[in-house]
Amino acid sequence: MLRWILGSREAQGSVEKSSVLCIGEEQPQNCFTELQVLKGHFDIVRFLVQIDDFRCASAGDDGLVLVWNVETGEKLQELRGHSQQITALTTFVCRSELKSQTLLITASSDRSLSLWDPDTGNRVQTISDLQSSVKCLLVLERLCLFLSGGEELCVWNEDFQLQCHQQNHSDTGIFVLIELPKNCVAAAMDKEIVIYRLTVSANSRSLTEMHRLSDHRDQIRALINVNDNMFASGSHVGEFILWDAVNWSILAYEHILWEESQSASEIRMGSAKPSEMSIQHLCSNGKLVLAAVGGGLYVYSVLTKAVVAYRKVAHDSNVLHTMLLSDSKLLSCSEDGSVRLWEIQDLPLPAEPASAGFFGMLTFGRSSKQAGPPSKKVLDVPDLKMLELIGDLIGHSGAIQMFVNFKENSLVTCSADHLLILWKNGERQSHLRSLALFQKLEENGTL
Amino acid sequence: MIGSPDVVAFTKEDDYGQPNPEPWPALPEEFSIPLYPPADSNPWAKTSYAKFTKDFILISEFSEQVGPQPLLTIPDEPKVCGTFDLNYFSLRIMSVDYQASFVGHPPGSGYPRLSFVEDSRVVLGDSKEGAFAYVHHLTLYDLEARGFVRPFCMAYVSADERKIMLQFQELSLRFSQASECLKAGNRRAFAKELQRKLQDLEYTHSVLQQEEGLQREAAPQTRYSAHAVEKANELANVEKSIYEHRDLLKQITSYHRRPRRDPHAATCHKCMSECLAECEDLLEKFSKLAGPLGCTGKKVSGDETDGEAGEDELEDEEGLRRRPSYTPQLIRAKSAKCFDKRLKTLQELCDETFYEASIELLKETEKSFRGDLCYLYTCRLDTALRRKQRLTNFLFEEETCNDSNEDEVIIRPICPVNHSVESYTVLKPPHIVLAPEPLEDTPEPFSETSHTLESELGLGESHLESSPSDQTLETQDSSEETKGSYSSGTSRNKPQHNLDTVKYDARDSDFTPDHERESSSEDMETTVGDDEGVNGDHTPVSLLEPDAECEETPVEVCESDMLLPIDTTCCMAQDGFIYEDLPVPTESHHNTRAQPPQTLVVNQEPQALHVLQDHYTIGSPSKSPGLELPVAQHADTVSRVSVEDGSDCTMSASTGSDRTLSPIGYGGVVTLRQKKKAGQGALRFVRQYPFAMQALWCLLSGRTLVVFGEDEGRVRKLVAALALFVPCPGKCAERVQAWVSGPFSLTDIYRWKLIGLQRASSPVGSSTLYSLSRYSRYISILDIDQKTLLCPPYRGHLLSNMADHRTYIRRGSTYFLHLQSMLCRLAAKAFLLTFTHHLHLPVSSKEGPEVVLGRRHCFLQEQLGLGEEDSQILLYLSQLITQYYLQNPTESPTVSPCFSFKYITSVLYKI
Repeated sequence: MLRWILGSREAQGSVEKSSVLCIGEEQPQNCFTELQVLKGHFDIVRFLVQIDDFRCASAGDDGLVLVWNVETGEKLQELRGHSQQITALTTFVCRSELKSQTLLITASSDRSLSLWDPDTGNRVQTISDLQSSVKCLLVLERLCLFLSGGEELCVWNEDFQLQCHQQNHSDTGIFVLIELPKNCVAAAMDKEIVIYRLTVSANSRSLTEMHRLSDHRDQIRALINVNDNMFASGSHVGEFILWDAVNWSILAYEHILWEESQSASEIRMGSAKPSEMSIQHLCSNGKLVLAAVGGGLYVYSVLTKAVVAYRKVAHDSNVLHTMLLSDSKLLSCSEDGSVRLWEIQDLPLPAEPASAGFFGMLTFGRSSKQAGPPSKKVLDVPDLKMLELIGDLIGHSGAIQMFVNFKENSLVTCSADHLLILWKNGERQSHLRSLALFQKLEENGTL
Repeated sequence: MIGSPDVVAFTKEDDYGQPNPEPWPALPEEFSIPLYPPADSNPWAKTSYAKFTKDFILISEFSEQVGPQPLLTIPDEPKVCGTFDLNYFSLRIMSVDYQASFVGHPPGSGYPRLSFVEDSRVVLGDSKEGAFAYVHHLTLYDLEARGFVRPFCMAYVSADERKIMLQFQELSLRFSQASECLKAGNRRAFAKELQRKLQDLEYTHSVLQQEEGLQREAAPQTRYSAHAVEKANELANVEKSIYEHRDLLKQITSYHRRPRRDPHAATCHKCMSECLAECEDLLEKFSKLAGPLGCTGKKVSGDETDGEAGEDELEDEEGLRRRPSYTPQLIRAKSAKCFDKRLKTLQELCDETFYEASIELLKETEKSFRGDLCYLYTCRLDTALRRKQRLTNFLFEEETCNDSNEDEVIIRPICPVNHSVESYTVLKPPHIVLAPEPLEDTPEPFSETSHTLESELGLGESHLESSPSDQTLETQDSSEETKGSYSSGTSRNKPQHNLDTVKYDARDSDFTPDHERESSSEDMETTVGDDEGVNGDHTPVSLLEPDAECEETPVEVCESDMLLPIDTTCCMAQDGFIYEDLPVPTESHHNTRAQPPQTLVVNQEPQALHVLQDHYTIGSPSKSPGLELPVAQHADTVSRVSVEDGSDCTMSASTGSDRTLSPIGYGGVVTLRQKKKAGQGALRFVRQYPFAMQALWCLLSGRTLVVFGEDEGRVRKLVAALALFVPCPGKCAERVQAWVSGPFSLTDIYRWKLIGLQRASSPVGSSTLYSLSRYSRYISILDIDQKTLLCPPYRGHLLSNMADHRTYIRRGSTYFLHLQSMLCRLAAKAFLLTFTHHLHLPVSSKEGPEVVLGRRHCFLQEQLGLGEEDSQILLYLSQLITQYYLQNPTESPTVSPCFSFKYITSVLYKI
């Protein structure tokens, strides 16, 4: 496409290489036809959290938390207070009799925790001089408590009073916390998942370690709730385990890239880099689990306990965040600076020779022959579907760390290039503007 | 007076042949017929026999010592008037002054009267000298002058009589302003002078009284000696003088209460009231003396007690009066006015600040009337029409700086003391003949106010009546009425009247009511009638009606009638004008021509809109043949003239290094000159590249165009040329970046709509390439080294008129104007699209969004006749208009603009 500009052979090659997944500029299904760049951060933006229907907060390595209006792109608040990078950001809904108010909890490397009011920009509570920096936060709304995980696990009430804490023996610390039924929480640390039970009595709260799940062979990278009965975890070497949420037993154990890392790796790269099969991110809608494995995407059905669709090379580099928009549409973002929209489509026809193209999609063009035999195993799965690229969003010049989807087709992405980009449906925006125009005309009495 | 040989009757040669000149046509004459007989093809030839090169303003006075003499010219350079004999011309213009007819003591009144003379306005010409002038006579008060008045006149001298005739109203307006300013200053100065004089007189009076007292004491028996009689006479004289001066002071104070019949007499109310208060203050102060003095006066040299009392009072007064640092002087026995006495200069007559302000005003006037009549008209027309399209002007027009700057400021009563901010009266500029606004004839709201005003005025008048000056005033009135006429030939009178009525109408609807306007508006008809009487022109007033009505008919009708002819003529003239002017790029010219660019172009704008509004089916552009700029035909004529020029502009290989040529993108405001140059570049581009249309489409539909090349000069030049097509380029072309040498980011793409990009082979270059390929979906890339264009395919025909590489247009400025007209039409369509309610919102609640979408689609396709790609242009422009309209000027910086795009595959165009 850009051969005429580049003019040199090797550059041309690079274009071809990356164009394996380039769907071109014609993207009729891509509705994000308007964008707005939101500037304000001075360093990598890592976290995005939705506050309500029209606001979101972003935080990053500059220690700033910014509150944005996603409808107008306006920066509403600038929450300053942390001296170092933010390590965790979450919303905290404070329900009183009169109203419920959404607050923000931030944790930072400066070993402090803060509670913010995004409406006023005030720091409501703050705790500093923690023993270690907090890496993850979990809010238990029905108990009006929140947990912070790091080298130690602490339980706080809404007034930022420490309720109890549990020293952690692992040197890596807790980096993910999820809530499980029966007042349990699961904390992922290194290769283990530890289940704690929170006992709440009238005046005291205590944590007891219930179980340790040590089935992963490598560091756990992702831990999510799938539904009320299940939770899932993924490890650095591509192990995907589905757990029972109540009795903590293994429901399914998948080695997503296991076959290929055995056979195809030495042919292609010499050695498969673990990062290529590391499960970076998991997300679920209760029925499907979307796993980001290296630069690929795998859709796993909880019901059939099998991979429904996958794309081994979905991005040019690691996928950092994913989202299931619906049962058939998903979004992924990656270190390569692009967001891609995917659709799970039925295979055209099982007998069609076009399946060669499907193989081609599995790996790089030239290596499809070698990659062919092992991937047949995957093909054995009867109802395998296709993961089709229907659009991509290009705008960031750095890795896209995270995105948040709002209703009415608007999407906020944050990136290592210090920017946030607000993607919108251009049609809808122009309609809204027309509405506003006529409203203003009416107000001015000129209509 | 009118028949005086100095006044040239303003009749056209052809008018002589017509015994019964038909009533003033609905269409202003100069638009309907060729300006001059065809033989006289060069309109500039006419001015050549005048002895001066440029129009100028001449201020002369009728000195009581030496007769008419020129005082100064504006601009104040000797070369302005060349060999033109100012003395002689002053004589002429002063000799038609018939305002200062009445001075001195009126019969039946004991005191000298100040004549309150309204200014008179005369147009006269000297065909032999080739000079024509608008002459504005005014009188200033001078205590030392004969009859206390000094006649002055300000004249706008031009070689083009039509210019003066047609600009009469505005000239009159501006000169009135200057005159008002001068007069206001003069009244101040006069009051001050009177005050001094009174002080002097009182001082003298007291000294004389003392002397007399001493004398009486010393030798009471010599009471009736010659010396004593002389003294007594002297004293009586001084007393009389005091009365006279006091009366003068009263008169000058009552100045403001007089009904003014001068329609242009708009003064700063604050100044006026200040001056009034000052005068009244003085009056009060001096009337305090009236009692004792009156006593002494009655009893002739009075007895001592009275005299003493008077002295006491005087001393008290003097104590009070210590504040003004004026020491009264003894006035010696009055000597007759001597001719070696130095008369006050104009500066001395008027307060310094007021003088400066009026000179400034006149300078401004001179500046604003520079240039040919045609040029002035087109400018005026342009601004008038542009004002109607405020909402879309930002797209392609130069931003008009400030509305107030445009023309209200001209009419705003000037106040040298800077009161004008508060006492701001928005007056409509004279409509002259160009684009008559629909005059709202709403007498209702007015009559009410007028009622109260009337009663107020009545009070004022009764007050006046009590003063002995009322009689004079009345006679004054009648004399003024005769003076109100315009000294022009019989047949020329009618248009004049017509203008008059229009002007008055405008004034009626727009003046803020002040206590003077009442009477003036009342007098309107009578003035006209008087004119008749004076000129012996028996045109009934009713004859004027149709014209006035015509002026008042809705804009559309008048405009459409008028604009069609003006379009072409103006463009031609303008072109010629530009052409003529190019070789002499003087600074001043540069300034004055800062506005013209859009002029010619914009005058099509409302037209197009009008068509849009009326028929609603603009589908085929050929629907409005009058609007079509006769490109080919026009270009043909021009191309013959400028073959060398054209070849130069089309062939000249871009040498590159001259980067001074295109300062676009440096943050400076793009001047007209640069735009014209850019027009040449654009023309060259259009002729050179077969895919120019596609490139223009990209720019107009909001897709960022990257001009990619190695040579900075070429890239810059091309960017400057293409910048003409960037909608909403911003005041300083913020949306255009002429030269970028590194990789760019997404923000750059949507901040700049046109980017010049360096092609380099260094590592920087490769990252540039990377960003080009990465963002290729948002941009179009014009490679000027390989002469390729990568952009979405465009197959529309909307731009074919704009980017026809076989165009006959040869000259850059012509192309620029052509372009402007096309862009204006686009803007008008976009305006229509934006503000047509049912194209965006459902008409009924049953309608879904897809119905509205369909309707919009239908509108674009069927009614505007636009294809998919052409629609994109309009949608983009419409979006810009919407955003512009919604934009809140206060909060804009916090929110970054939106960037819309389409996912369309690009194609590579090659030469």
